[in-house]
Amino acid sequence: MSSKVKTGHDTHGHDDGHEHGSLRSYLIGFGLSVVLTAVPFWLVMSGVLDSKQATGLAIMALAVVQIVVHMVFFLHMNVRSEHGWTMMALIFTLVLVVITLTGSLWVMYHLNTNMMPGHDMSQLP
Amino acid sequence: MSTTASATHESTKTPVFYLKDEHDHAEGGSTMFGFWIYLMSDCLIFAVLFATYGVLGGNYAAGPAPKDLFDLPLVAINTSMLLFSSITYGFAMLTMVKGKVGATQGWLALTGLFGVAFICIELYEFAHMIHEGATPQRSAFLSSFFTLVGTHGLHVTVGLIWLVTLMVQVARYGLIPANTRRLMCLSMFWHFLDVIWIGVFTFVYLMGMLR
Repeated sequence: MSSKVKTGHDTHGHDDGHEHGSLRSYLIGFGLSVVLTAVPFWLVMSGVLDSKQATGLAIMALAVVQIVVHMVFFLHMNVRSEHGWTMMALIFTLVLVVITLTGSLWVMYHLNTNMMPGHDMSQLP
Repeated sequence: MSTTASATHESTKTPVFYLKDEHDHAEGGSTMFGFWIYLMSDCLIFAVLFATYGVLGGNYAAGPAPKDLFDLPLVAINTSMLLFSSITYGFAMLTMVKGKVGATQGWLALTGLFGVAFICIELYEFAHMIHEGATPQRSAFLSSFFTLVGTHGLHVTVGLIWLVTLMVQVARYGLIPANTRRLMCLSMFWHFLDVIWIGVFTFVYLMGMLR
């Protein structure tokens, strides 16, 4: 059994589906994350953008960019690890997440606007 | 072991329904991918909680709204704690690859301290809110808020327990392949929690203040 572990570790280099990254990539990722965290907080706390909708869209966009930065520089996502299956699992999950989020928000928004007690159904012809 | 198995099978002429050359895989060779699949399922848990918060986040039941409750400077400090813990864990991984036990332990300890600071600030925030009467029972907004943010905090707490366990393991057995594999799993878990926190501070705290 122990010899098996040894040989397993010797072949470690070929593709263990995980890269450790370098000091440089960690520092780049950290620098980008600090900026991408500070800017949305500054946008909301100072209220520089006049419209709330614009601020909301801006911080959402920055969050998406920061998530990608974390995925690439901290989680070392790429299309090669585990022969692409890591990326496939991620894409599959993202599809489910998008369906869950948009589906719930969409359906419940319409439910809220159309089924509010404000409508007096008895007055309908 | 596989030879004895195949020998018995051949003597009884039973068809064999597995590939005999599978044993070539290294021990733990599929652990990282398996853990990634776990993280994806965890991602779905958070997606559902985010959806719940998105639906119920505006139902205050005449109670306090995000503007009355959230303290953005505190959230900013909390966010920086988690971000610092991410980069220190990254340094721990870099020293781990070089085989430096002491430095790895040091970076792991620093990561743990940042994590504890994060949990303490979050608990302080929760205690403050509950003290003001903003309990999870107050409104649908607060129920979904405490569920989402609390689940994340619970994950960080479990990550801290895991971190301490691995530090003890590394202190006892050094950076053996099993321990480096476990540290890589925790690394993914820790960075993943930071990714979830990006969603939390953007979607819950910052968007909450804009409502």
